[in-house]
Amino acid sequence: MGVWPAVASFLLVALLLAALHRPLGDYMARFYTSSKNLAVERGFYRLIGVDAASRQSWQSYLRSVLAFSAVGMLFLYALQRTQHLLPGSLGLPPVPEGLAFNTAASFVANTNWQSYSPEVTMGYAVQLTGLAVQNFLSAAVGLAVAVALVRAFASRKEDTIGNFWTDMTRSVLRLLLPGAFLGALVLLIGGVIQNFSGFTEVSTLSGGTQSIPGGPVASQEAIKLLGTNGGGFFNANSSHPFENPSAWTNLVQMVLMLAIPFSLPRTFGTMMGDRKQGYAILAAMAGIFTVSAAAMTALEFSAATGEAGSMEGKEQRFGIAASTLFATTSTATSTGAVNSMHDSFSPLGGMMAMLNMMLGEVAPGGVGSGLYGMLILALVTSFIAGLLVGRTPEYLGKKIGPREIKLASLYLLTMPTVVLAGTALSFAVPGIRADVQDTSILNPGLHGFSEVLYAFTSAANNNGSAFAGLTANTPWLNTALGLAMLLGRFLPMLFVLALAGSLAAQDRVPVSAGTLPTHRPQAVVMLCGVTVIVTALTFFPVLALGPLAEGLL
Amino acid sequence: MSTARTSARQLGVALRAVAVLTLALGLVYPLVVTGIGQTVVRDQANGSPVAVDGTTVGSELIGQSFTDENAAAMPQWFQSRPSAAGDGYDGGASSGSNLGPTNPELAALIEERRTAVAELEGVDPDEVPADALTASSSGLDPHISPEYALLQADRVAAERGLDAGDVRALVEAAVEDRTAGVLGESRVNVLKLNIALSELDT
Repeated sequence: MGVWPAVASFLLVALLLAALHRPLGDYMARFYTSSKNLAVERGFYRLIGVDAASRQSWQSYLRSVLAFSAVGMLFLYALQRTQHLLPGSLGLPPVPEGLAFNTAASFVANTNWQSYSPEVTMGYAVQLTGLAVQNFLSAAVGLAVAVALVRAFASRKEDTIGNFWTDMTRSVLRLLLPGAFLGALVLLIGGVIQNFSGFTEVSTLSGGTQSIPGGPVASQEAIKLLGTNGGGFFNANSSHPFENPSAWTNLVQMVLMLAIPFSLPRTFGTMMGDRKQGYAILAAMAGIFTVSAAAMTALEFSAATGEAGSMEGKEQRFGIAASTLFATTSTATSTGAVNSMHDSFSPLGGMMAMLNMMLGEVAPGGVGSGLYGMLILALVTSFIAGLLVGRTPEYLGKKIGPREIKLASLYLLTMPTVVLAGTALSFAVPGIRADVQDTSILNPGLHGFSEVLYAFTSAANNNGSAFAGLTANTPWLNTALGLAMLLGRFLPMLFVLALAGSLAAQDRVPVSAGTLPTHRPQAVVMLCGVTVIVTALTFFPVLALGPLAEGLL
Repeated sequence: MSTARTSARQLGVALRAVAVLTLALGLVYPLVVTGIGQTVVRDQANGSPVAVDGTTVGSELIGQSFTDENAAAMPQWFQSRPSAAGDGYDGGASSGSNLGPTNPELAALIEERRTAVAELEGVDPDEVPADALTASSSGLDPHISPEYALLQADRVAAERGLDAGDVRALVEAAVEDRTAGVLGESRVNVLKLNIALSELDT
């Protein structure tokens, strides 16, 4: 143990991202604004019947998002229900209705919440052609919506915001697929498995027997992280030695999760023709991330003076520092992969994972969703700043009128409403409460409450990590969390696209002496302040009932 | 065009897109990665198996238990960490315990393990390191801390009638430091250590 290796690991991650964000961010800006299509893309557009040159109104863009996600969800549901008929299913039965609904919602909403244990539930057919495919597609949808919003900020008096089908296709073919392929090769070298062997029985050294799992893991692991999905091939997720064999693959996994979210501000700045605006967003994201990572690491280290040394639910090859940095990365993006069991973290260390999600996952957030979430907060910050000094509020040359601020407010209210209503209903309705307490909750007392709060926070933010002692495969939690994931994903997208529509229709107000600058340190600090205060005011009471009380008592 | 008609058209596009992308991303992509894995890094792709005298005894990456049928430690082997995967190190049921930090059950388990390890190794309960008291995240942790490995060396040597110095040297040779000096923790791979031990013993 020690502080300096922890700091050095953090700096190593920061250094790699610093090197990566410029080429990656510029590359994304180039291909999202390009009018040229690759040959394979032209073939694909012909096949699916899309005119790549056409542009969509925000309503039409939204309909495409919803149609694509609805078809994806139905397909994934059907796949699970017919698993027993498919080849390579390891003899597993069809997934029950409630669980199949929850899982389909989960993977289409980029959440990857898993109410099930993969080893005994999902065969290779569902993992490959269902879950891993949605790891690509749900990430591409998030990216498309973010790019549509950026395009709207950059455009003048347009009634269109882009073409969903080309944004989605380019996200997959030019970014996620090549990135996942490279990531999979690196993970393969590091020891992540890629085979179709099923379970192999071996006689162990001391004469016992052990069942060694197989599976096409590396290909799925790479996109699980790059697309900030997080759904493990195995129950133990990224703590399973076949998913994450060593400390250096652990570093690769963290960089894969953070690469796109931390590069998108550069893409945004480039597309706006004003890179400083991108760097202001990046500074706010990086600032919050750094403070959060330091806090969780310090809290777990200080709990390690206790009798079990904070090692319950942690792997020896990672220790405390590589576990907390991974946990921060995973919950501050919308990934939700775990390399240690958050349920066994110290009360306040576990609360940091919850707080990262409660911030709305904007520092840096999921692929696409992190950027649009932070841009909404930047808009609200400019609104507040404008009112404070008595100027017409505007952001990036767009006036913030009643319609814009209403949409931004609705966006910001959606997630907390879903989290708090879901948690409250779990305890307020007597029948549900009995079920949640008797069947679902593992740990007694305040920590049990935290398990349920964590679950709804994770679902509504499309994170997917858990205080995994909670048994979520029950009718109530499968249904409620499934709805929370869908509402937490697609309602905000509706508001973002509606906002994009009204921003695109505006002209850009030229910068004048009366314009409040949004790229200076003062603006960055104010953006961080608004982000933290909105979250703190919303969630302080409920945190006081759970992890705060548990940690301070 | 009416909204209903455009929506129907969008659904058709979506259906075709999901179908084509499922073939490309759900079949072609993983099969290409499998092909490369099985030709270029065959050993890793198949789970880094470890063989003794030509027989596979497990995976270098997956921890295993060195306990008898009553789950009691076999004193002639170095012991792995406690495991919450099935009945212990079940490769078909990876899992942590998920016991919370203030759960009395966890506190009781830790005390139980502390007493058992201290008794087995003949040391003071305060000397038992944290990794020996706690279940890992995966339940398949292949490693223990260097401290826990060294703690076990004298007992293993005595059981096998080996020189304690030789066994300690074996442990020290098996210690892997933090990757690049900063990443993760220093550790000892229990399966590899026990294989080296049985080679020393013959």
